[in-house]
Amino acid sequence: MQDATARFFANRIAVAALAVALGIVLLSIVGPWFNPNRPDTLDWLHVAARPGTPNAHWFGTDRLGRDLFVRTLEGTRVSLAVGLLASTVSVLIGVGYGAIAGYIGGRTDLIMMRIIEILSGLPLIFFVIFVTVIVGRSVYVLFACIGAVAWLTMARIVRGQTLSIRQQEFVEAAVACGATPSRIILRHVVPNLLGTVVVYATLSVPQIILLESFLSFLGLGIQVPSASLGSLVADGAGELQAAPWILLVPGSFLAVLLLCLNLCGDGLRDALDVREG
Amino acid sequence: MAAALVVENLSVRFTQRRVSVEAVRDVSLDVERGECLALVGESGSGKTQLFQAAMGLLPENASTRGRAMFDGVDLIGAEDAALNRVRGAKIAMIFQDPMTALTPQLRIGTQLAEVLVQHAGSSWRDAWAAAGRMLERMLIDEPQRRLRQYPHELSGGMRQRVVIGMGLMCGPSLLIADEPTASLDVTVQVQIMELLRTSRRELGMALILISHDLGVVAGSADRIAVMYAGRIVESGAAGEVLRRPLHPYTAELIRCIPHLKGPLPRRMATLTGQPPRPQEVHAACAFAPRCVRAEARCRAERPQLKAHDAGFAACHFPLQP
Repeated sequence: MQDATARFFANRIAVAALAVALGIVLLSIVGPWFNPNRPDTLDWLHVAARPGTPNAHWFGTDRLGRDLFVRTLEGTRVSLAVGLLASTVSVLIGVGYGAIAGYIGGRTDLIMMRIIEILSGLPLIFFVIFVTVIVGRSVYVLFACIGAVAWLTMARIVRGQTLSIRQQEFVEAAVACGATPSRIILRHVVPNLLGTVVVYATLSVPQIILLESFLSFLGLGIQVPSASLGSLVADGAGELQAAPWILLVPGSFLAVLLLCLNLCGDGLRDALDVREG
Repeated sequence: MAAALVVENLSVRFTQRRVSVEAVRDVSLDVERGECLALVGESGSGKTQLFQAAMGLLPENASTRGRAMFDGVDLIGAEDAALNRVRGAKIAMIFQDPMTALTPQLRIGTQLAEVLVQHAGSSWRDAWAAAGRMLERMLIDEPQRRLRQYPHELSGGMRQRVVIGMGLMCGPSLLIADEPTASLDVTVQVQIMELLRTSRRELGMALILISHDLGVVAGSADRIAVMYAGRIVESGAAGEVLRRPLHPYTAELIRCIPHLKGPLPRRMATLTGQPPRPQEVHAACAFAPRCVRAEARCRAERPQLKAHDAGFAACHFPLQP
């Protein structure tokens, strides 16, 4: 474990990416305190204002006069929260499902894996549209839809790992000591999965953020007055010629954040020496 | 003496993609309480599968026939819940490679204490204290510090002591040791065998030593059973088997033990030929192709395990009357 930490910190790109990502997270939390503007106040005197214009519109305003700095940070916070929460949920479900399928094996495994294949065959966009038409649009629906998809890959990876761990002698030794399957899965199998799970979870956060942004861009995700990076980019896309900063500010936040999270995940994978899933 | 474990007509068959292999063929065997039985045989002779079957540890593609009676319960085909009341509590098993038999992410103390928490329902605090005492009995120095360490911080010999200690946590009446010293240094081997001997004396438990090395078990065993191609070919009191083997195969095994005394042989003694492939069905004596004493009858008719003066042997032409 210490070796892994040392290897991670020896990787300069990963460390820099981690620093930038943490910087963005920190900024999204404390940034709005330093700016007098609120994300939902309209400044009619400065509509679609350039960055650096008066009234502390550091990143400018959108075409309703809302301050882009605070709105982008709010959007970043929402995107990060969705990413973290959804990947936590996907880790919990995926690890539980995958470990059970892999450990029990046989027919149980067969049926559980077929269910995963059916779910991963669902076209996501149709699925989301279908659900929103029935239940109505809300953050929770978005969340449920992302959650329904994100854990599938996790479960597959965990199952594969569990299959190989199950063959190891310490599992046999635990069975010979009279340990029940649930105890073996929880105490002897899951701790062995942690390396893979941590790496994949880190890599799944940016994936989920991207997915959420994509859905929000299409208008299926986060709804006004709330904003995520994806919906901000969607707003800006319409003003690209007249006021490009409305697109560029949240867009670059999104791009930098995703890049840094991916680089962190790669660095972590190299450090923990996990094969690519 | 009452028997601790009675194995009756046990057969184990593995099936994979329509190829079927019989690893254990109609083996009957019993272990008395407090007795040390050594089960000796080459790799692939089925000696490990025999007891894995009794412990319910075989993979899914194995099918088992026969009975293994322990405390009036047939372990073959028993429910997992019933097996789990026996495994670890009354029958403990230790494995060949101590390097892989401990879960790398859990502390030594946790792994030892867990057995007691599971079977005796003790509190973690009591179980942890018992784990410390167990490490002391296993002659591990600084037991309190070792409890907090992880398996990779311990040497191979020390880990095997931990594994043995783990098996003894609940005071089992039978310990099955599957090649307990195969992956250890010779000097450590001696210490581990000594530890097994003293533990057995203190607890009065029965011990089954599974080994391919007659030399290792010679000093500890009360009784020796020799397996060849899934069957027991000879069994008897340890001294008798070693001094006056009945079966030619046993005699060959004894001949292959290297000696330190006397002139150095120009070549190490070896057995000629290969053990039969496990998918073969034997209508004759399985050892006949490698046997120097084999005659026409050996190639035509399979010998049954019969009583002789010194013990049991499955041979048409035993070396002793």
